[in-house]
Amino acid sequence: MSFIPLFFALPLITAFLIPILGKIFKPLIWIVSTLVSFVLFIISLYGIAVTQEIPMVVYKMGNWPPPLGIVMAFDSFSAVTVFVISIISFTSCLFSYRFLSRYTGQWKFYTLLMLVIAGMMGISITGDLFNMFVFLEIAAIASYALVAFGIDAKELEAAFKYMVMGEIGGLTFLLSIALLYAKTSTLNLADISYSLQVVGHTPFFWMILGMMLFAFSIKAGLVPFHSWVPDAYPAAPAPISSLLAGICTKVFGIYTMARIIFNVFGLTRAHDPMFFNILIGMGLLSIAFAGLTALNQTDYKRLLAFSSISQVGYILIGFGIGNFYGIVGAIFYILAHGFAKGLLFLTSGSVVYATSTSDLKKLAGLGERMPTTAWSFRFGGLSLVGIPPLVGFFAKLFIILGAIKAGFLWLAVLAILLSILTLAYLLKIENSVFMKKRKSDTKRAPFTMRIGMVFLVVLIVIIGIGFQPVMDFIVGPAAHALLRGVEYANLVFSHVLVNF
Amino acid sequence: MRGMSLIVKTITNITVGFMFIYGLYIILHGHLTPGGGFAGGVIVAGAFVLKILAFGSERSAEKKSATRASIFESIGGLLFIGIAMSALLVAGTFFLNFLPKGTPFHLLSAGIIPFCNIAISIKVGAGLFSIFLALGAMKYIMED
Repeated sequence: MSFIPLFFALPLITAFLIPILGKIFKPLIWIVSTLVSFVLFIISLYGIAVTQEIPMVVYKMGNWPPPLGIVMAFDSFSAVTVFVISIISFTSCLFSYRFLSRYTGQWKFYTLLMLVIAGMMGISITGDLFNMFVFLEIAAIASYALVAFGIDAKELEAAFKYMVMGEIGGLTFLLSIALLYAKTSTLNLADISYSLQVVGHTPFFWMILGMMLFAFSIKAGLVPFHSWVPDAYPAAPAPISSLLAGICTKVFGIYTMARIIFNVFGLTRAHDPMFFNILIGMGLLSIAFAGLTALNQTDYKRLLAFSSISQVGYILIGFGIGNFYGIVGAIFYILAHGFAKGLLFLTSGSVVYATSTSDLKKLAGLGERMPTTAWSFRFGGLSLVGIPPLVGFFAKLFIILGAIKAGFLWLAVLAILLSILTLAYLLKIENSVFMKKRKSDTKRAPFTMRIGMVFLVVLIVIIGIGFQPVMDFIVGPAAHALLRGVEYANLVFSHVLVNF
Repeated sequence: MRGMSLIVKTITNITVGFMFIYGLYIILHGHLTPGGGFAGGVIVAGAFVLKILAFGSERSAEKKSATRASIFESIGGLLFIGIAMSALLVAGTFFLNFLPKGTPFHLLSAGIIPFCNIAISIKVGAGLFSIFLALGAMKYIMED
C-alpha cells in the first residue's frame, strides 16, 4: 500500500465524515481533524525520508499509465511543500478549538478546512495539469467560504472580493490549460514538457506562460494583483488567516508557478534572462510597495496581511535569481515565512480572543498578561526580519548569496535594505500591543492556543539552529528537483519507481 | 392554501414519479448510455424541488430536510472515497477498477464505475437539493 494517495484521501474522508460526526458528539470533530492533520505530518516526514533514496515517486491513479491516466509525481520539492502544509494545518486545527467557541456551525469550519488541506496536498503532489486546476479550485472555493465564516458585512465583502479576484485567476489558468491542450493534445505535465520542447519558444509559448504568470500572481497576492489580500486576511478567523498567509498563497501561486516554469516550460536563467528579470522586478515591487503600505496600517491583522504580500516578493526574487542558492533561498523562505507568518497570525488570533479587537490604537501592554503570545510574536517577528540563528535568517542569507553569485550586487544590497522595512512595521505592533502600560486586565490565551504557537516557535528555533541537515536533506534536494528542469519528464516516464 | 394551484399539484403528482424513475435510470445506466451520476443526481433532485415548489413547505420541515440532505451529501462523498480507498486496500492502487468487468454493454459490467455513479448521484442530488433549500431560506431571512 502506498502513502501517496493518503495525502489527499485522508483529509477528504475527514471532510465528509465531519458533518456526520458532528451530529453524534461535537468535540469529536476537533479531535478527529487535529489527529488527521497530525497523521498527515507524520506521513509527510515519511515522504521526506522516501525522497532521500528515490528522486521521484510516480503513482499511477487506477493503474493507468501516463500520459493516459493521471499520475501523482512526488519529488523533493513536493515533499517540502507537503511538510509545511501539514505543520501549518496542524497548528491551525489546534488553535481553532478555543478560538471557534464564539462561532456557531463549527463542523462547517472543519469540513472546509479539511477541503482546503486536501486541495493543497493535491496541488503539491499531482503530475497532471488539469488535476492541478481541480485541486486548486477545491482549495480556493473552500477558502472563499472560510474567509466569509464570520458572515458579517465586512467578512462577506472581503470574501466576495477574494472570490472575484481568485476566480479571474482560476479561469485564466483554465483558459491557458485549454489553449495548451489544443496545442499539445495532452494534460500530463511531463508530456506537455516533451511537446513544448518540440514547439520551441514561439510567441504562443510566451503567451501561455504570461497567462499562467498572471493567474498565479493573483493567487499568490503579488503587488499589482494584491488587493484581495488586505481584506481577506483580516476578515478570516485567525487560524484561517494563518493557513492562508502561511501556506495557501504559496501553494496556489508560488509552488505551481515554480513547478511550471522550471519543470514543464523548462526555462533557465542562462537561456531566458529576460523572463527571470521580470520575476525579480515583480518581487521587488511587492516587497517595496507592500512594505511601505504596511508601515501605515493601524490594524494588527491588516498590517500582517501587507507584510505577507511583501514577504512573498522575496520568494519570487529567489526564483528569479534562478541559480542553486537563489532557489534554495526561495524554498527556505517558503518554509521560514510559512512558520513565521503562520505564527504571527496565530498571535493576532490570541490577542483578538483576549481583547475582541485588533485595532493597534486600542491595544496596549499585553506583554505582561500574555507572555506566551508576546514571546511567540517576538520569535516569529525576529525570524521574519532575519535575525540569526532563526530560520528566516538562513532563508534571506541564501537569497542574498544567490544574488551575489549571479552578479546582482545591487539586488543583494536592496534585499538587505528592504528587510529594514520588515523590522519597522513589526516593531510598530510590538510597541503598541505588547509594550506600553496596561490599561485593564484581559483574559489569558487558553492552553490549546498556546500549544499551537509554542510548536511553531520550537520549529523556527530548531530548523534555524539545525539548518545544515535541513539544507542537506530537505531544501537542497528540493532545489535540485527544480533545477533538474525538463529532466522531470524523463523521471515521470521512466516507470521504474511505480506505485511505491 | 399553500403551494400552487390544483392543476399544478395534480400534474406534479403524476410526473414526479416518472422523473424519479428516469433519474434512477440515468444513474444506473451511466456506464452504458450518455448521462451518469451527475446528470441523474440532478434529475432526482429536480423531482424533490418540483414537489416542494408545487406543494409549498414549512420552515421546520425545510430545516429538517436540509439536515437530512447534508447527511446524505456526506454519505455520497464518503461512498465515493470509500470505493477509491477500498481499491487501495484490496488491490493496492488508489481508484483501481478491481471488480470483474463483465461483458461490455450489459447492465452488470464495468466494475466499480456503476458504484461510483451511484455515489456521485447521492452527493450531487443531495447537494443540489440543499442549495435549493438554502436559496429558499432567503425568504425567512427577508421576513426576519
